Amino acid sequence: MTDSVAADTVAPQRTSAGGHGPRRVVSPARRRRKTLTAYLFLAPFLVLFTMFVLAPAVFGLWISVTDWSPFRDVQHFVGLQNYVDLFTAGTTTSGDFWQSMGATAIFVVASVPFLVVVPLFVAILLNQKIRAASAFRTVFFAPYVLGVAVVGLIWGYVLDTQSGVLNHLLHGIGIQSDIPWTVDVPWVWVSLVGVTVWWTSGLNTVIFLAGLKGINTELYEAAALDGAGAVRSFRNVTLPGLRPVTLFITTTTVLASANMFGQAYLLTTGGPGNATRTAIMYIADQGLSQNNMAPAAAMSYVLFAFLAVVSVVNFRLQRERVEKGGTR
Amino acid sequence: MSATAIAVRRPRSGRRIAAKTVLYVVLGVLALAIVLPLLWMLLTSFKTDADAIRNPYSPPSPVSLDAYRTLASGQQPILLWLWNSLAAATVQTVLILVTASMGAYALARMEFAGKKIIFGLIISTLLVPPVVFLIPNYLIVQNLGWLDTILAITVPGAAGAFGIFFLRQFFVGLPVEIEEAARIDGAGDIRIFLQVVLPLARPALATLAVLSFLNNWNDFLWPVYVLLSPEHMTLQPGLSMLQGAYRTHFAIVMAAAVIASVPVLVLFGIAQRQIVDSVTGAAVKG
Repeated sequence: MTDSVAADTVAPQRTSAGGHGPRRVVSPARRRRKTLTAYLFLAPFLVLFTMFVLAPAVFGLWISVTDWSPFRDVQHFVGLQNYVDLFTAGTTTSGDFWQSMGATAIFVVASVPFLVVVPLFVAILLNQKIRAASAFRTVFFAPYVLGVAVVGLIWGYVLDTQSGVLNHLLHGIGIQSDIPWTVDVPWVWVSLVGVTVWWTSGLNTVIFLAGLKGINTELYEAAALDGAGAVRSFRNVTLPGLRPVTLFITTTTVLASANMFGQAYLLTTGGPGNATRTAIMYIADQGLSQNNMAPAAAMSYVLFAFLAVVSVVNFRLQRERVEKGGTR
Repeated sequence: MSATAIAVRRPRSGRRIAAKTVLYVVLGVLALAIVLPLLWMLLTSFKTDADAIRNPYSPPSPVSLDAYRTLASGQQPILLWLWNSLAAATVQTVLILVTASMGAYALARMEFAGKKIIFGLIISTLLVPPVVFLIPNYLIVQNLGWLDTILAITVPGAAGAFGIFFLRQFFVGLPVEIEEAARIDGAGDIRIFLQVVLPLARPALATLAVLSFLNNWNDFLWPVYVLLSPEHMTLQPGLSMLQGAYRTHFAIVMAAAVIASVPVLVLFGIAQRQIVDSVTGAAVKG
């Protein structure tokens, strides 16, 4: 936002220096020509943006207030019926939808702490004066560039109950060796969280690392002069210094976990039963496989509303904490 | 103060070495946890099926190319998927670079009616989760007759706000004097954009290209639903199909995983700095 202000203040200077003498006022004809040029530059993007972002956002909302079916020629407006159904116990979709929302919530609650704390820990290690820090960083980030299908294939076999490497290894060191990693609760959650940590931790790690590098080293020196040890300087310098980065990471990670799809689709296929069927999985299945498009569109907007609330709450909490921290 | 500092120096250096050792051990263990599954994928892909089942964590003996041969000649056209993935990722990347750079330049440098509204609309869609677009976009793509074609997995995805937002930030940061000088020399908007701005933006364009390519290559949910026939699939939905077809053939499935991951790992090796800088930039600047 500050950038757009900067652009606004720069642009008039440029027009006055634009080879048309010292004229300050831009003539209407010239302004019209400039607007035309700008829209010519924007046109290719705006065509795509209108067709595949703006139109579907509105179209989706429309679908959600109709009885849309691909097998019918005429769709009827049904008002908020699809939404009411979702919030009414005993309708065809509400039970399964809320179960999938529950599964999504379990995954968010179980995964986000690990996806924030593990990368923070690794980033702090990498921020020490060590050799090969960049090599370690490369290794930790590498899984993130793999597609979820590859991740699913690898871990599908590592975690296989009968012939998986993990159970083999556990057996080798004398531990029970038939843990149903991908077929029974609670192990499915352990697996989904573990695989997600393996796959995406590198992203949050490099972001934390950049945040750590941004903390003024003089603050550490001042803390050391005050006699603060490692723990106290971590609490009083590192954590406050990382607050904005932690806010960013927590919010993006909550949203990413709430949008989880591939891991469960590939590793547990939503099972056992529908225990790990996430909201995205259920919406995609209802909308695109079961042709239940209108309720599915309504579900996607309900999920959107939840995620919007999460973001707002997160930012509020963080702002409060910053204000309290300021008065301390 | 300084006297105590000197006094504690000796025991401290001993402790420091111990701390460093612990640090390296912990980092080493973590790195191993990342690398081992990948190494296991690579080793298993060079085994025979029997070897893979009998000796799951020893090096392949003998080294066998059976898995790759089966994939190359099998019923699952994985080489075609590889080609489709390359084609789709390339087409979408080019589409994004062209449309986003033009649009971003207008938003960064030009004054025009409706600019704030357009920019606000673009930014606000960054907050909308992709699932909201899933069903309507499926219907739109279906109506366009694009289901099961490369258009379905390249064009809608190019409409995202990230590219234009990313490039706009870069263009805003460029010194405006260079463009002014070109304008005084009589260059018009199009020439300035093509011959002055784009060459200056090469690093940002390269970063966006790498991110777009990776993003398309790894996209999963959308291609699973819009690609239907085996010969039109890309690697991601293809692999999930293959997993079902070769349930117990470790070596073959791991060979497929290797084929799908080598291109992105190589790209990551080449463009590591751009990738890491761009993902951290958004967080640290804010």
